[in-house]
Amino acid sequence: MSDATNLTAQIDINTIPALGKEQLLELAMGPQHPSTHGVFRMNVVLDGERVMKLKPVFGYLHRNHEKIAESETYLGSMPYTDRLDYICSITNNWAYAIAVEKLAGIEVPERAEYLRVITGELTRLQNHACLLGFLMQDMGASGTPLMYAFREREKIMDLFEGLTGARMMCNYLRFGGCRVDTPAGWMDAARKVVAEFPRFLDEYENLLVGNEILMDRTQEVGILSKELAINAGISGPMARASGVDYDIRKVDHYSIYDRFNFRIPLGERGDVYDRYMIRFLEMRESIKILEQAMRDIPDGPIVDPKTKIRGFRPKPGEAYGRIESPKGELGFYLVSDGALNPYRYRVRPPSLINLTVLEDLCIGQNVADVVVILGSIDIVLGEVDR
Amino acid sequence: MVDEELKNEMSKQGIVTTTLQELYNWGRRSSLWPLNFGLACCAIEMIATTMARYDMARFGAEVFRPSPRQADLMIVAGTVTKKMAPQVVRLYNQMPEPKYVIAMGACAISGGPFKQGYNVLKGIDRYFPVDIYIPGCPPRPEALLDAFMSLQKMIDAQQLTGPNRPRHLNADAKSEFIVPKFGEHDLEPAQNSTVWKAPLVQISGTETDKSAK
Repeated sequence: MSDATNLTAQIDINTIPALGKEQLLELAMGPQHPSTHGVFRMNVVLDGERVMKLKPVFGYLHRNHEKIAESETYLGSMPYTDRLDYICSITNNWAYAIAVEKLAGIEVPERAEYLRVITGELTRLQNHACLLGFLMQDMGASGTPLMYAFREREKIMDLFEGLTGARMMCNYLRFGGCRVDTPAGWMDAARKVVAEFPRFLDEYENLLVGNEILMDRTQEVGILSKELAINAGISGPMARASGVDYDIRKVDHYSIYDRFNFRIPLGERGDVYDRYMIRFLEMRESIKILEQAMRDIPDGPIVDPKTKIRGFRPKPGEAYGRIESPKGELGFYLVSDGALNPYRYRVRPPSLINLTVLEDLCIGQNVADVVVILGSIDIVLGEVDR
Repeated sequence: MVDEELKNEMSKQGIVTTTLQELYNWGRRSSLWPLNFGLACCAIEMIATTMARYDMARFGAEVFRPSPRQADLMIVAGTVTKKMAPQVVRLYNQMPEPKYVIAMGACAISGGPFKQGYNVLKGIDRYFPVDIYIPGCPPRPEALLDAFMSLQKMIDAQQLTGPNRPRHLNADAKSEFIVPKFGEHDLEPAQNSTVWKAPLVQISGTETDKSAK
């Protein structure tokens, strides 16, 4: 056994019956692989091209997020949450802020709620745009789709940079509000980006959606049944593509999502194609929310000056805060023992839970489809391994 | 050697003079192919650098190769965990000479914000030499471009002969480094002592300080 594999679960190849007379082949995809979206490894057992068994191997990016957070103050963990799902940092901040606000009983002013919705939905737009680009890249459409997606992402990055000072790691939310108010002209710039976004969606749909190769590669591939999606705790666009009507924005009524008029798109088949299309539909709904939020945003403080942001000691107790992050249900579970830092800090990462059904989706498919199925799940390894 | 003034004059007339060294370095620096290898957050900024706005293709480096056998440059983009470190070193060993390394971001330099973590390697330069360090968490795409240009300048200045010649022209220089193994508590060895030495910290008032006076 080589040193690279001795920490990983090995599959006993002899226990799997082969289809024909051919020998089974065990293939390690990753951790360095162009399409595993980071350092993720899949031990795949193949009979010819067909996947007989698949074992995901996690932990190549385990950065001790939870352990470090238990030794940090509540505010000190905020920058670490940026690096969980590093494509959408603001929604991570948001889930953590909600958990701490529940724990410590902090109220959020109205303008801050609007700013949270605006930045959160912008994050959803850029996450889904990136995902569509990466998925196409995995399918072999290298270059153009990803270029288009990143062109749009850069516009949203500019907005984030103007607002928070950083492109990716925004560290924008504070307990009881936001860190800074919008600079002059920011809201107009954001309105312009949002107004132009549907053009990108149309362009992208025209580019690829009717494409025959894309349909062949995605339709009836990696079908996730509604029952399995519910039983496995799948959330987010992946569950909704399988027809599960579950969106925490509608279920929990958190923040101010009740005030906006938007729909929850649902898929029918639960295959890769549905998971691909549902992101388009979700982006169009996000644009609706953004337009309404930018129209209605009131003036006022972004954080109550009396709120103690740093150095507070919540009463002993526990709290679970969750939001609909672009990838699914992102939750933070905190236990306080009355000290400056949490006694227990636990993240419920949507990427990891959604990834648990990977084997069920891949068995019986071709090995080339594994890459596409993995791409459609939308994982970020920072969140999977933490 | 042709002097600079004459060379400029001749180039106006359509005559190009060069040396083998200049030509050789120009060729190498103009098509550095990076390894298609992202570890964490910085990889997203690395991808953004290759995309339309920042366009790394201007520097001849848009060809990201998934195979280390075809790559010249390793961009260590993200946190190297102890579980991943052996694979990173092995990838480096598999790259053919001449090869260069950019440590992108705080994590690759020193462990960054996750330095206190029990599973995080405190800098990839403990296992193989790094040519360019870019601080930032994550560095902006412009910073990666700047690192890239610095690397090109470095390659341009390399001598083909003499004691300072690069490693790939020196038959005695090592191009493969020890791959760490998972030990009982930590990676073994915890660092490659031929590449990295723990910095000596002088604390005022100690014996060495007094003896210096």
